[in-house]
Amino acid sequence: MLVSINWLKDYVNTQQLPPAELGEKITRSGIEVDAVIDRSHGMTNVVVGYVESCVKHPEADKLSICQVDVGEETTQIICGAPNIAEGQKVIVARPGAKLPGGMKIKKAKLRGEESNGMICSLQELGIEGKLVPKAYAEGIYVLPADSETGSDVIANFNLDDTVLELGLTPNRADAMSMLGVAYEVGAILSEEVKLPEISYQESADTAASMLTLTVDAPEANPLYVAKVIRNIKVQESPMWLQQRLMAAGVRPHNNVVDVTNYVLMEYGQPLHAFDYDLLGTGNITVRHAKEGEMITTLDDAERKLSAHQLVITNGKKPVAIAGVMGGANSEVSDATTTVVIESAYFESGSVRQTSKDHGLRSDASSRFEKGVDPNRVIPAAERAAQLLSELAGGEVLSGSVVFDKVSKDEKIVKVSPDFINSRLGMKIAFEEMLDILNRLKFTTEAVNGQLVISVPTRRQDIQIPEDIIEEIARLHGYDEIPATLPEAETTPGGLTPYQAKRRIVRNFLEGAGLLQATTYSLTSEKSAKQFALEKTETTRLLMPMSEERSILRQSLLPHLLESVTYNTARRIDSVALYETGAVFLKGNDELLNEQEHLAVAITGLWLDNSWQGEKKPVDFFVLKGIVEGLGAKLGAELTFERGQMDDLHPGRTAFVVLGGQRIGVIGQLHPSEQKARDLKTTVVMELNLAALLNLETESLVYTQVPRYPSMSRDVALVLSKFVEAATIENVIRSAGGKLLKDVRVFDLYEGDKMEEGKKSVAFSLTYFDPEKTLTDEEVTKAHDKVLAALTEVGAELRS
Amino acid sequence: MEAQLQELKTQALEKIASASTVKELNDVRVAYLGKKGPITDLLKGMGKLPAEERPKMGALVNVVREQVTSQLEGRMVLLEEEAINAKLQSETIDITLPGRPVKTGNSHPLTRVVEEIEDLFISMGYEVAEGPEVEKDYYNFEALNLPKGHPARDMQDSFYITEDVLLRTHTSPVQARTMEAKGGEPIKIICPGKVYRRDSDDATHSHQFTQIEGLVIGEDIRMSDLKGTLSVFAKKMFGDDREIRLRPSFFPFTEPSVEMDISCFKCGGSGCNVCKKTGWIEILGAGMVHPNVLEMAGYDSKRLTGFAFGMGPERIAMLKYGVEDIRHFYTNDVRFLSQFQRTEL
Repeated sequence: MLVSINWLKDYVNTQQLPPAELGEKITRSGIEVDAVIDRSHGMTNVVVGYVESCVKHPEADKLSICQVDVGEETTQIICGAPNIAEGQKVIVARPGAKLPGGMKIKKAKLRGEESNGMICSLQELGIEGKLVPKAYAEGIYVLPADSETGSDVIANFNLDDTVLELGLTPNRADAMSMLGVAYEVGAILSEEVKLPEISYQESADTAASMLTLTVDAPEANPLYVAKVIRNIKVQESPMWLQQRLMAAGVRPHNNVVDVTNYVLMEYGQPLHAFDYDLLGTGNITVRHAKEGEMITTLDDAERKLSAHQLVITNGKKPVAIAGVMGGANSEVSDATTTVVIESAYFESGSVRQTSKDHGLRSDASSRFEKGVDPNRVIPAAERAAQLLSELAGGEVLSGSVVFDKVSKDEKIVKVSPDFINSRLGMKIAFEEMLDILNRLKFTTEAVNGQLVISVPTRRQDIQIPEDIIEEIARLHGYDEIPATLPEAETTPGGLTPYQAKRRIVRNFLEGAGLLQATTYSLTSEKSAKQFALEKTETTRLLMPMSEERSILRQSLLPHLLESVTYNTARRIDSVALYETGAVFLKGNDELLNEQEHLAVAITGLWLDNSWQGEKKPVDFFVLKGIVEGLGAKLGAELTFERGQMDDLHPGRTAFVVLGGQRIGVIGQLHPSEQKARDLKTTVVMELNLAALLNLETESLVYTQVPRYPSMSRDVALVLSKFVEAATIENVIRSAGGKLLKDVRVFDLYEGDKMEEGKKSVAFSLTYFDPEKTLTDEEVTKAHDKVLAALTEVGAELRS
Repeated sequence: MEAQLQELKTQALEKIASASTVKELNDVRVAYLGKKGPITDLLKGMGKLPAEERPKMGALVNVVREQVTSQLEGRMVLLEEEAINAKLQSETIDITLPGRPVKTGNSHPLTRVVEEIEDLFISMGYEVAEGPEVEKDYYNFEALNLPKGHPARDMQDSFYITEDVLLRTHTSPVQARTMEAKGGEPIKIICPGKVYRRDSDDATHSHQFTQIEGLVIGEDIRMSDLKGTLSVFAKKMFGDDREIRLRPSFFPFTEPSVEMDISCFKCGGSGCNVCKKTGWIEILGAGMVHPNVLEMAGYDSKRLTGFAFGMGPERIAMLKYGVEDIRHFYTNDVRFLSQFQRTEL
């Protein structure tokens, strides 16, 4: 909502406050002022000029040489506008003038001809092109013939004005009008509101003699008022009206349309003007549309109507979509002589739905859908009639054609002062409360210590005692509210074990050198299931904004890998990212099974200390080590089983298993996938983090630090290339007996010196007895059993 | 023989003095004191001396021997020390070469902000509550006093999955769910999480972003408690000398509703480009829980009252760290992420 302060002053005394200060007061008491706009933009030296003569420039087709009377003198100005003509009153920026945007006017020579100033368009005065009347959109603006030559344009044409741009919240529909803002300002400044005085000459003939009205949808349209004005002359509106509309962000058209818009801005009540003769039937019928019925609206769009949509008809065919937009078939034009002015109360839900159906939001629909004031419907119609009789020479037929079933009762809200103070945590005196309510023009009575408040219908946002608390608090001033802390019992607060463990996981991964990433949950059909541990039916948005963000992800990896590629494409060759977040699987009920996952993607060098000769690219085992460490941290016994997954290297992929369940995967990207993503060797991992975090951990009891030394024996084995280390480790563990404490691989050789298809794996075995120092014989005895078992499974001992 | 002895001694001492390495000195030891050395020979030759001269001569040889040994040992200590020093000298490294890098990662800046806020409220006795990102229309809107057709639904254009299920547009449904679960009991929670709105991504909009909301319900919770709580938050998060101001606002789920500004942490309130010359920065929205919201969740709004507040970690991170484009948080440029490594404590 754009509020011209000059216009506002018609209704309320703004106490000569500087605009910025007024804006601040409004902001602090409830309606945010987003901007304070000086309409003069600091302009100076712009006057009314009279074009005494105008001839073509001999050297330039498009330029005219004008002799312009600017009051003090007659001077020559060169003008390039196509619509310049002798006898016009025009806007002249004199030499030395400053124009919006910083342009300074100087005397100049244009193709050899002297030019002492500039004849201006409205755009050059800082008015947005879309607000400039169409007739002047491509040229200079022509002032009314009675404008005083030499007078100051800024002062005379309402450009010495400031506009407050209000950022309205949806509850404050009341402030979508100048009167509504006047009430708000009046409450803030303790000033009275002066309503427009409506009086005009009525014709002897009645409106009812020319127009009949039928309302077939009283629920959607409980109040409809029509006035008939004849013998009007459709023409340009006077300057003051045009300027007020432009200040309010509305483009002037002609006096009839401008009056309906002016009253809309003034009262917040949308009006519509029909050409009576084009209606053709002398009847208005409000009804629901017939399914499939068509109408061409004022924006020249042909629209198909549905049965739930309300239309205005001439008794035969639709002439407007109620509350949304008029029809082209009854549009007011220069030829119009008789108009029907409609002022109505359309039910908000109906307008909202219809405007949504057609994707059409107008100044009218945005007010109807928030609920207009039923007590302003009739006054607004009267106000329009008055202005049309004044500005268009119209003859207003007496009375109105009215259908009125709407309730205009004020809402009664009862609230006790104690309740108000206890909810605010402060003491506002009863008298002060009364004063505030009085300033708001809420009729208030004190009954048995209770405030009984009649809320005017313009404030439909006030329904319950809490709404009154807000009104009182905001006008009393939020700064006055003290700062306290809740007095309730203190609670321990804290994280759940799940949340605490999630932080442990993050700390662990970051300590291991990974950066936390965050990617989008919405993805494309193509990426939704890639790398998913559990593939379920995908979930698609009803109305996605793009195909790339249309499906909920089932794996974190596709987007994480996109982030890796983003970095490598910028020559960051080593990237190690992790992310935790939800994947969205089909669930048992209407909601999805949201599973919190952890994903890691690493590419490039894992170890990079090149001046010391250490440079190691990342591999499968880097990630395996991270997962093992994570398992140890969380007390989860994780095992790994060889597996395969699409787009992972078939020989370098393992599933992570917890308690017999596959909860994750580790792998190197398949070379073709790496190529597709423009990556070098990249390893990835994704885990069902929730499964890990939900694991109940046992309480930690320490094991005694060994008092006796352990002894170790190494064994090197020649194995078939396809025998896995874990198989051999299991053989060793089961043969080692209770003295065998630990088994570790310490060497692997697969080089040239090995027989084809063989490899050498060396294990280090640690023997230990918590009760005593082991003797060589005891260890040998245990170790011999291990060696025997190894030989039995075909492992060849290497000397 | 005595003269011979003196001669030997002189020779030995000279050689000891001139030995410049441990090895040379050892050669001297072997040469003079070894089993085949001249002093040993002299001792062996004692048998040829008259018996009365033997004790005197024996003592004399021993004295020389001890003198030589002691000189030799002294010299040995010196040479060994020199050898060690020389070795150390040769082992000198260039300590200006770079250290072996320790692999370090760090949290995402949004996590950093969220955890800081979580910890602050945990210290004030709040629990952290979480909920689904795909939510029922009921919890996302209806339970929050936003019935179907409510004009305020326009404020949050949503991604629907079915008519009744959508990606949550705020973390408030977690509040609605917690209230329902607590069955009328007091509540003190903070709810962080991802939320989604139908916005085109640009420098200041993101279709996915994060929110953190708080909810306190109890007996006699007052608007002054909200103000006090927010003031503590502002000071801890943005500095002790921060002031707050509340401005009236509107949210369907609170009444009264406010927006909170803090005095600008960059200029202190005198006006700069961070606060757009106003001296104040808008940080969050809040209010007293609307009685309809309490009643819908089964609370007696006459007996229990509450306040709620909500903020965007993206906005806070952008303000705190001077990030100019919200998309940085979702692009995961390593050069961006790794800047959030160091502590600010």
